[in-house]
Amino acid sequence: MDGFHDLGGVQGFGRIPHTINSLDYKKVFKQDWEHLAYTLMFLGADHMKLYSVDEVRHAVERIEFRQQANTQYYERYVIATASLLVELGVLTQEELDEALGSHFQLARPAQSQGRPAITGRPPFEVGDRVLVRDERVTGHIRCPGYVRGKEGVVLHRTTEQWPFPDTIGHGDKSAAMQPTYHVQFSNRDVWGDACDDGFVVVDLFEGYLDKVPQQGGRA
Amino acid sequence: MSNPSSSAQTSTPGERAWALFKVLNDKKLIPAGYIEGLTDLLANKFDPANGARVVAKAWSDPQYRELLLRDGTAACEEFGYTGPQGEYIVALEDTPTLKNVIVCSLCSCTNWPVLGLPPEWYKGFEFRARLVREGRTVLAELGTELPKDMTVKVWDTSAETRYLVLPMRPAGTEGWSEEALSKLITKDVLIGVALPKVG
Repeated sequence: MDGFHDLGGVQGFGRIPHTINSLDYKKVFKQDWEHLAYTLMFLGADHMKLYSVDEVRHAVERIEFRQQANTQYYERYVIATASLLVELGVLTQEELDEALGSHFQLARPAQSQGRPAITGRPPFEVGDRVLVRDERVTGHIRCPGYVRGKEGVVLHRTTEQWPFPDTIGHGDKSAAMQPTYHVQFSNRDVWGDACDDGFVVVDLFEGYLDKVPQQGGRA
Repeated sequence: MSNPSSSAQTSTPGERAWALFKVLNDKKLIPAGYIEGLTDLLANKFDPANGARVVAKAWSDPQYRELLLRDGTAACEEFGYTGPQGEYIVALEDTPTLKNVIVCSLCSCTNWPVLGLPPEWYKGFEFRARLVREGRTVLAELGTELPKDMTVKVWDTSAETRYLVLPMRPAGTEGWSEEALSKLITKDVLIGVALPKVG
């Protein structure tokens, strides 16, 4: 989903509000409600097994663009959990509104049913050059837009496999299990001259990638 | 009002969180002690002191270092530092010419059991947008100036791998105990935005 959340490489933000080794993190939950964001999320995901963490991520992505930009981090997870529970019929918008005493703004409905993964291809090997498939996906996807259509080098193939996010992120339990690959991209290949020199490594599901045929000399 | 979402919001984030809690609680869907137990795990048990012990041992014990770099999950499991958001762990080795830094540009994914929950700034839009593209500039702004010949490699946590940075052991720490070494390893050192400093 080409949404607000896909922030990697977006320009216009100011300084990071932090100085190294500040101990601000020592109070983990700073307001008296913040612990509810993750604990209620896990209540539904882990204890009640109602939805996957992938669906939570997608529900956060579905929060209206301006609302997403104007909400605090933990607040977005409260909205996402409430949205999933309403969509699954566990509770209703009316019950939330009544408990709140005003309108409880939920995430927007999903605009996609999700999609299956490409399967049946031989796995990629460390050192292979791979191309990130140039695909537009309206639903959930764990591929940041900045590497779409870019070539990189495989540094690692995971020894475990996980359900394809574009499928499980929509509650579809038929999601294929796939390894992911740590793919290294040169900043210059991604952003030309408008970046600092260096590399970015993205952890990409097999279904997001194609192998680049050996051309000799470019390894 | 041109913004339908903001005009509809007459409540605070806390009021909305507690409203969700109330609806679930009224339906008796929250087991006794569930919120309290999980909150204690997230806020108190998941701590960067865990990652500091892992790094100090890797600095002191070559066999453990080799294990950490080959199978980070097994190495962290030796201390019991695995769990939610820390089930497939990879350690990133800094060298004299390479500085590794971790981010999650799409949300906030972090190696919770080893690093602790992510701090506000790590989840902020500024860090998520900027680090992948201008890592050296971001580190300098935060207070970490890197030598020109050191390459910055940013790891975007976009799937299930959860990272920790294994920094270079600073000079002047020869013969130090693991406990003394672990004091040099802060949360920011494990994320990769800071270098361990003696004194």
